[in-house]
Amino acid sequence: MKRIETEILVIGGGATGTGIAWDAALRGFRVLLVEKRDLTHGTTGRYHGLLHSGGRYVVKDPHSAAECIAENRILRKTHMHCIEDTGGFFVVTPEDDNEYPDQFYAACARLEIPCEEISVAAALKREPLMNPEARRVFVVPDGAADSFQATHSTAQAARQAGAQILNYHEVVQLLVEGGEGDRRVVGARVRDVARGEDVEIRARMTINAAGAWSGVVAKTAGVRVDVIPGKGTMLAVNHRIINTVLNRCKMPDDGDIIVPIHTVSVLGTTDERVEDPEHLTIEPWEVELLLREGEKLIPGVSRTRFVRAWAGVRPLYQEHYNGASRDATRDLTLLDHKTRDGVAGFLTILGGKWTTFRLMAQVTMDKACEYLGTCKSCVTAQTVVPGVEQGHYWLGHRLREVEEHHLQSELVCECELVTRAMLENAARNNPTLTLDDLRRDVRLGMGPCQGGFCTYRAAGILHQVKSQNEKGKSEEPARWEVAYMQSPAHNQRSAISDQPSAVGGQPSAVSGQQSQFANPNLLLRDFLQERWKGLLPILWGRQLKQERLDELIYLALMNADHLPDENATSPMSEFYARIAFSGQLSANSDQHSAFSEEPISRER
Amino acid sequence: MHTASWHSVGMTLDECIKCNVCTTYCPVAAVTDKFPGPKYVGPQAQRFRECGQIKSPDISVDYCSACRVCNEVCPSGVKIAEINARAKAQIVADRGIPIRNWFFGRNEQLGRIGSIAPQIANLGFHNPFSRLMAEKIMGVARHAPIPHWSTEGSFRKWFFRTPRLKSDKKVVYFHGCSTNYYEPQVGKAAVAVLEHLGYEVIVPPQNCCGLPMLNNGEFRAGEKLYRDNLAKLLPYADKGLPIVGTSVSCVLVLREEASEMLDIENDQTRRFRSALWDMSEWLRDLLDQGKLDTNFRELKMIVPYHVSCQARAHRMGRPSLDVMTLIPGLDVREGNAKCCGLAGTYGYKAEKYDIAMEIGEEAFRFIRAQGDDVKFTTSDSEICRWQLEHGTHKDCRAPIEIFAAAYGLYDLDRRRLLVER
Repeated sequence: MKRIETEILVIGGGATGTGIAWDAALRGFRVLLVEKRDLTHGTTGRYHGLLHSGGRYVVKDPHSAAECIAENRILRKTHMHCIEDTGGFFVVTPEDDNEYPDQFYAACARLEIPCEEISVAAALKREPLMNPEARRVFVVPDGAADSFQATHSTAQAARQAGAQILNYHEVVQLLVEGGEGDRRVVGARVRDVARGEDVEIRARMTINAAGAWSGVVAKTAGVRVDVIPGKGTMLAVNHRIINTVLNRCKMPDDGDIIVPIHTVSVLGTTDERVEDPEHLTIEPWEVELLLREGEKLIPGVSRTRFVRAWAGVRPLYQEHYNGASRDATRDLTLLDHKTRDGVAGFLTILGGKWTTFRLMAQVTMDKACEYLGTCKSCVTAQTVVPGVEQGHYWLGHRLREVEEHHLQSELVCECELVTRAMLENAARNNPTLTLDDLRRDVRLGMGPCQGGFCTYRAAGILHQVKSQNEKGKSEEPARWEVAYMQSPAHNQRSAISDQPSAVGGQPSAVSGQQSQFANPNLLLRDFLQERWKGLLPILWGRQLKQERLDELIYLALMNADHLPDENATSPMSEFYARIAFSGQLSANSDQHSAFSEEPISRER
Repeated sequence: MHTASWHSVGMTLDECIKCNVCTTYCPVAAVTDKFPGPKYVGPQAQRFRECGQIKSPDISVDYCSACRVCNEVCPSGVKIAEINARAKAQIVADRGIPIRNWFFGRNEQLGRIGSIAPQIANLGFHNPFSRLMAEKIMGVARHAPIPHWSTEGSFRKWFFRTPRLKSDKKVVYFHGCSTNYYEPQVGKAAVAVLEHLGYEVIVPPQNCCGLPMLNNGEFRAGEKLYRDNLAKLLPYADKGLPIVGTSVSCVLVLREEASEMLDIENDQTRRFRSALWDMSEWLRDLLDQGKLDTNFRELKMIVPYHVSCQARAHRMGRPSLDVMTLIPGLDVREGNAKCCGLAGTYGYKAEKYDIAMEIGEEAFRFIRAQGDDVKFTTSDSEICRWQLEHGTHKDCRAPIEIFAAAYGLYDLDRRRLLVER
């Protein structure tokens, strides 16, 4: 078995885990991060994209709100290019309580959250589709955050500071040494999912940042952590019907926020306590609730085109808590297992928001430093990640770059303006098992046609890149600028044609011996199945029409339901095939497959 | 710069299923790589544009000719051409308008100034040296078929100079700038036909429809023109009078393009719209009611008919064709070319002239294929007529001129009324 020695082992490749790796590396530690799937595959990649101003929690959870506004100010500098400065409205609709707005305003003032009341007319001028019956509107510095790009940028900053990041490495077992009363975690045995091999990692400190999966990880060390997995469902409108974050001005509740993020507007969220963090099944009532509540902020929104529904699971934590997940604190919690459970060398970080990930990393590393006997201070608040020189994100940037550099003929994903070189560079340099991993890197297949026109193109390209990797061509991660992974202009050179042969470089974690995952039939099937999951809950109206065309492309034209290599599977195939919608169609789970004999969109 | 509402054209991007039919049919994308096609610049790019934001991400949408073929073929109802027009307006709001396009938007003023001394104006502008200078300095294509100022005086002068038929049956005529200053013959033929049918023709004060400005992204100025026309003409509409125009593109703008592009949708625009008619459409309506005098004289000739893209955009069938087929001896041949290429002011721009000519080639080829005997061609839009004459060296007449000739009122060769009142 391969063995790796490190000082700090971080478990979990979401915002928090990469943040910890970054913080630890900057403090001079040797650090290794393992993630069981792709970076951001968990909750980080499944949230609506709100950069909190703190306004949302200002009355209910002022401590959390204070953290949000402080971190909001910091992230706008350290992760500038991942943030769109949309601003946010807190809107008092006719249904809302009359008392709350004044409490809200006073609480914002107390916490020094910039908050200004504007006239409804002025708000309507900025957001013409907002409910004209609104009674009051407050402006706060909310923003929209790209959690994919931010996590990649943080990871890159961590790598540059010396951290090592391994994705598709799943913790099998934490390694515990010592007897009763003197137990300590000394690392973990992890499984390299792509190669099917186990790796033993030894570390002085193990940090559990597995989010909603923390309980599962801790359990392997015999430590009980009762995460409150709060499932939240979101719906994406096909385009930006608003450009400002819209919040209801009331106690946080289901379906009271709409976030403009990249090319879509996201209606969020529900909050339902679930047992299993992989329980991402969307219930019909959730979709109905989001549409009904969305109408109160934007009358007419329920009749727009929805392209997708998805769910994420919040890693909420409150010691000895038994209530509803909606009311559980959003505060961050650091569990020091030495004092709590008598297990040394092991910390678990829980709760918090995407907005507070940096703070969570800081708190965790401060504690780790105590145990490691050093007192290096945190510098992440003053250190920018690669890419900030691009300035704040703006919606038009991809179109502008494609236009300026005449890259129209290079487009693979037409909806989201992904060029061939963007895909190839991401595929070569970022460990990639499936097309869904590329989706997170460059937004492949996230637009209106949901992979209809790009899946077959991208499957061919990824197959080609992977085949070349196997032929022993070198990889040059340093040449790939992660911070620019979403920039068409910075990815004009194709990875394949320009690659000089036989230049040494670090092979990425997942490469070589992966021929079974490079199978183009498998790549295509996996991605279609993955996209299909998010379509099922919103399959009506215009998106249904789109799916009918996509169905004709894949089933009628390409015969994709009779492709060879039927039995080939990737480590993700089973996850993609899991039921995603518990609608009335769930009686026959076969119907949830994009490849069943009678796909749902063909229903007569 | 634009507002958003649920009925603004941008919202129709949600209808797009990415099928590529528009790109397949686009006459511009077929001949140049500078235009990535209607799907790309329309519904696709629209998702990257922010309502209310001045900064425009666009460049290539400028190569859209606004012919509206995409709208016509879209199976889903995306208002692609209008989305493009709004994107162009955002470019203008962001980067300003080139002086040339500013001039193109003011063809009404140019027409008025030139018609003060048309001979001098024609000599001054339509000589090789001036045209070369106009191309070098302003980017106005030197060979493009820019019309000559009429030397017989403006249409309005003629109309108000001569005694007119009085009748209980009244119709309002919208002539447009081109008829007024460049082709008054078309207006005279229209008045002659209408009076022949027993209608009193009313020519109220009116101004440019605003199309050249809207097409060049000057939305604010274009909106003023539209609203001025609305104010001047709506009282007639409210009296129940039909407002009939001989320029398909002007009528299209007044009917729907302006209100759609500018996102003005109200009771006034609806009342205005329902009173507006294309001339041939109105005549065909009379025919359907059995009120059209079909006692046409024989016109023995072959006439290739180019259906202009603006006429197609009306979605009214082929009214000119329906009426022309009633004329004895007239062998009308309908072409299937998608666009003549000139498309408003598109082909006048130096960087787009070659594209326009290449687009037009389909129409030119159709006309040439009808043989050397062809003396006249016909098309509903003045723009198409100028381009067809430029591309084929054959005279092109408006359908209304042919109708007037078939009633024995008009000399097609010399382009003048046979009987002045």
